[in-house]
Amino acid sequence: MSIPNVKLDTELPINQIPVAVKEELGNEESYLKLITKRFFKHKLAVVGLIIFSLIVLLAIFAPLIAPHNPYAVEGEFAAAPSAEHILGTDEVGRDLFSRLIYAARVSLSVGVGAVVIYVAIGTVLGAIAGYFGKWVDMVIMRITDVFMSFPYLMVILVLVSIMGPKLINVILVLGLLGWPSIARLVRGSVLSIKEMDYVKAGVALGFSTPKIVFQHILPNCIAPILVNATFGIASAIIMEASLSFLGMGVQPPTASWGNMLTEAQSITVLASQPWLWIPPGIMILLSVLSINFMGDGLRDAMDPKSLK
Amino acid sequence: MSMITLPEKDGIFGKLTDPLLEIKNLKKYYPIKKGVLSKTVGHVKAVDGLDFSIYPGETISLVGESGCGKSTTGRAIVKLDPPTDGSVLFEGKDMADLSKGELRKIRTQMQIIFQDPYSSLNPRKRIGDLLAEPLLAHRLASKEEVNKKVDKMLETVGLTKFHKGRYPHEFSGGQRQRIGIARALMLNPKLIVCDEPVSALDVSIQAQVLNLLKDLQKEFNLTYLFIAHGLGAVKYISDRIAVMYLGKIVELGKTGDIFTRPKHPYTQALLSAYPIPNPHLRDRERIVVEGDVPSPANPPKGCRFHTRCPFAASVCREKEPVLSGDSHTVACHFPLS
Amino acid sequence: MLQYIIRRILIAIPVLFGVTVFNFVIINMAPGNPVDMYLNPDATEADAEAKKEALGLNDPIYVQYFRWLSNLLHGDFGFSYTTYEPVLDLILTRVGPTLLLMGAALLIAYIIAIPIGILSATRQYSWIDYLTTTFSFLGVSIPSFFLGLGAIYVFALVLGILPTGGMFTLGSDGGFMDTLIHLLMPAVILGTGIAGSTVRYVRSSMLEVLGQDYLRTARAKGLKEFIVTNKHALKNALIPIITIIGMEIPVLIGGAVVTEQIFQWPGLGQLTIQSISSRDYPTLMAINFLAAFAVLFSNLLTDILYSVVDPRIKYS
Repeated sequence: MSIPNVKLDTELPINQIPVAVKEELGNEESYLKLITKRFFKHKLAVVGLIIFSLIVLLAIFAPLIAPHNPYAVEGEFAAAPSAEHILGTDEVGRDLFSRLIYAARVSLSVGVGAVVIYVAIGTVLGAIAGYFGKWVDMVIMRITDVFMSFPYLMVILVLVSIMGPKLINVILVLGLLGWPSIARLVRGSVLSIKEMDYVKAGVALGFSTPKIVFQHILPNCIAPILVNATFGIASAIIMEASLSFLGMGVQPPTASWGNMLTEAQSITVLASQPWLWIPPGIMILLSVLSINFMGDGLRDAMDPKSLK
Repeated sequence: MSMITLPEKDGIFGKLTDPLLEIKNLKKYYPIKKGVLSKTVGHVKAVDGLDFSIYPGETISLVGESGCGKSTTGRAIVKLDPPTDGSVLFEGKDMADLSKGELRKIRTQMQIIFQDPYSSLNPRKRIGDLLAEPLLAHRLASKEEVNKKVDKMLETVGLTKFHKGRYPHEFSGGQRQRIGIARALMLNPKLIVCDEPVSALDVSIQAQVLNLLKDLQKEFNLTYLFIAHGLGAVKYISDRIAVMYLGKIVELGKTGDIFTRPKHPYTQALLSAYPIPNPHLRDRERIVVEGDVPSPANPPKGCRFHTRCPFAASVCREKEPVLSGDSHTVACHFPLS
Repeated sequence: MLQYIIRRILIAIPVLFGVTVFNFVIINMAPGNPVDMYLNPDATEADAEAKKEALGLNDPIYVQYFRWLSNLLHGDFGFSYTTYEPVLDLILTRVGPTLLLMGAALLIAYIIAIPIGILSATRQYSWIDYLTTTFSFLGVSIPSFFLGLGAIYVFALVLGILPTGGMFTLGSDGGFMDTLIHLLMPAVILGTGIAGSTVRYVRSSMLEVLGQDYLRTARAKGLKEFIVTNKHALKNALIPIITIIGMEIPVLIGGAVVTEQIFQWPGLGQLTIQSISSRDYPTLMAINFLAAFAVLFSNLLTDILYSVVDPRIKYS
């Protein structure tokens, strides 16, 4: 049986360390492996991962899975579910099931696209503010305050309505407005890590500032960024759905779970055609729930208090 | 708990050579901000006018209570916390005059070892990479050469090359300090500032690390500025000792002289508090110093030690003494003989 | 501590300034020429030009900004593009219902969240705790409009016990009970939207307090657990919870927009949607500005409340 993790506290001279231990020394306990192990201990997180992966697969392989063209007007409008159209047709006559599947692409591209943009912006700004401090910090933090003063949905609505409701605009606006919370997070992390001796060692060793920031400070900030980004994807998906629902996001004929629910605002549709609005709502719920589970699992897995 | 009896270091450096590092009137003040608009209302005078020189090949220690400014001095020298005033001359060149590029080059000549072994190594990097980094960053060697050097350095500090792939958290405190020392040595510096390198370690490990430092000094021709508050380690490793109080040096001399013939009352108080393992040698006079250390934001007028000195006289309250003497200097109006 | 308050207010001023600038920039990005609404179809180029001049649209941008700002400070928000009435009047008629909705939602959220949070903290790891965690997850994950639609379906259409929307029953005189019945569903939907995250705050705040040693003393003295929890622990746990109200306000504002739309509640949220579809930019901008101002103000209030209530906070 192998000897795991023997700490060489004995300080024996080299030629007296047992050979078995020496050979064991090749095994590393990398940070990534540790996190992954802990993540998988979380039942809900694993469930979330599975569901989310299924949705991703659905989005990627949509053309192969969907029975009909989501844009094609085929059957009668608002038809009840049948053999031909598993979930019926929408108010114009397009197959609902196919639209449901293709809509996954919209939600995921908004979720991931927006988050990638604002994590990039927020990380850079937060790192600059945290590392250089003083007035640079002041200015960036005030700008952050200005952005954070606007109620998120409202200013998004305003901007999207000005720029025109389109998928790309939704991604851009969400991306350009979502960075403040990440910036604050990164700034806080950088401020505390900056004081660590290993960063000072880097300065003493003559490393250049970009090297210190990107190779020493930021990698140690990743944990909270990742957790925040995961929850951010969920929140971006809900945001897009809300916008599309209000008619301010992705417009038909492109299918989005949000705009598939717009019709339900009419009482007749709500009452008599449940197949129109219940499936899209459930899809949104499933995607967001699964991502939130994953985020929660990630957060616990990366909790520094339980890490050595 | 047994105390390890450490013999006195037997170093004689006495040759008159040019100093490796000269410190002239070094000052480091930290502003105190109060009020709505964060106005500066005063300064914490951590280091208030330090003068001394470090000669090649020697080990000089800075001792004193916590807060006396010794760590601040060490960091000011390596420019981690640039001085507020005064000059630091390395090999005759004033460090303030250097351009950014020259400064980076000089940094390779002076390194620092930190006190806390648990925060001085980047937890995300394998120690092989940690050690290779300085060489690669300054482009001093090719990748294969770097590998060989890292292996060799690990053996030198008492680890093995098989440790290369491991992460810092897999090592004990003493081993981490060894890695920190190895890292400092990678660039082949001339001067190493050791900022309380053994204070955080168990006593038995302390001795091993100190021995390692001594061996390395011989092997690599190093000069040490050793900062500590524990006199045992200081006695073992130093050639000369500088005693600091409230931002100033109060006594400076060879280790032997300081321990056998301390001139400043504060030094004598420090020494009298130092535990003596041999019970037969314990009947010395204990000088008890009363009171707390005054705030460095508001140091006492005159001699800074007068508020706690058992021998304080009226001149001590008015006039500040200067360091005087030849090889054993002291700043006191009534130095002990 | 007074120093802290003053400093917070001083910092808020440039932020407010930034908010106005940002708002102004967006206004000028909006397509649509305000001149057009003043002219009749057979107006000539010259007329258009004259009108532009009269409205001050040819002045340099910073002049326009300061004019807009001073109008703002006098309460003049311009005129609606659709109804031609002063925007201020339009807003004033809508503020009441929105405040009513937000207030009721907040109340409901706390009524739900506090007991559940306390319960799940005191019985950690029990089935109640897991139920609570699930509930809060669901609360955060269900889009509020879906929940709203579902609620209308169940309670208004299937069960028929609640109205489908609006603030008054059509044709009636209204009255307290009538409004209340109409308020119920939207307030509950909006409230449960934030209850999910509020429960988590309550729970973690209680957990932190419950672990403290002074409670151990209370128990050792022989006090009943019920009193320990509700009298001693709760007092201290409530402190951060009260201050969280400030953080929830921006979320409430956003949520109100969607909720008012679904339930046809005649508030500022519904006005927002209407302004967007009718391209009524002056109204939209005014609402935007007011919302931002409300958020800023509530943040400031929260920070101040926090410093007053927690004696440990002494920002130097």
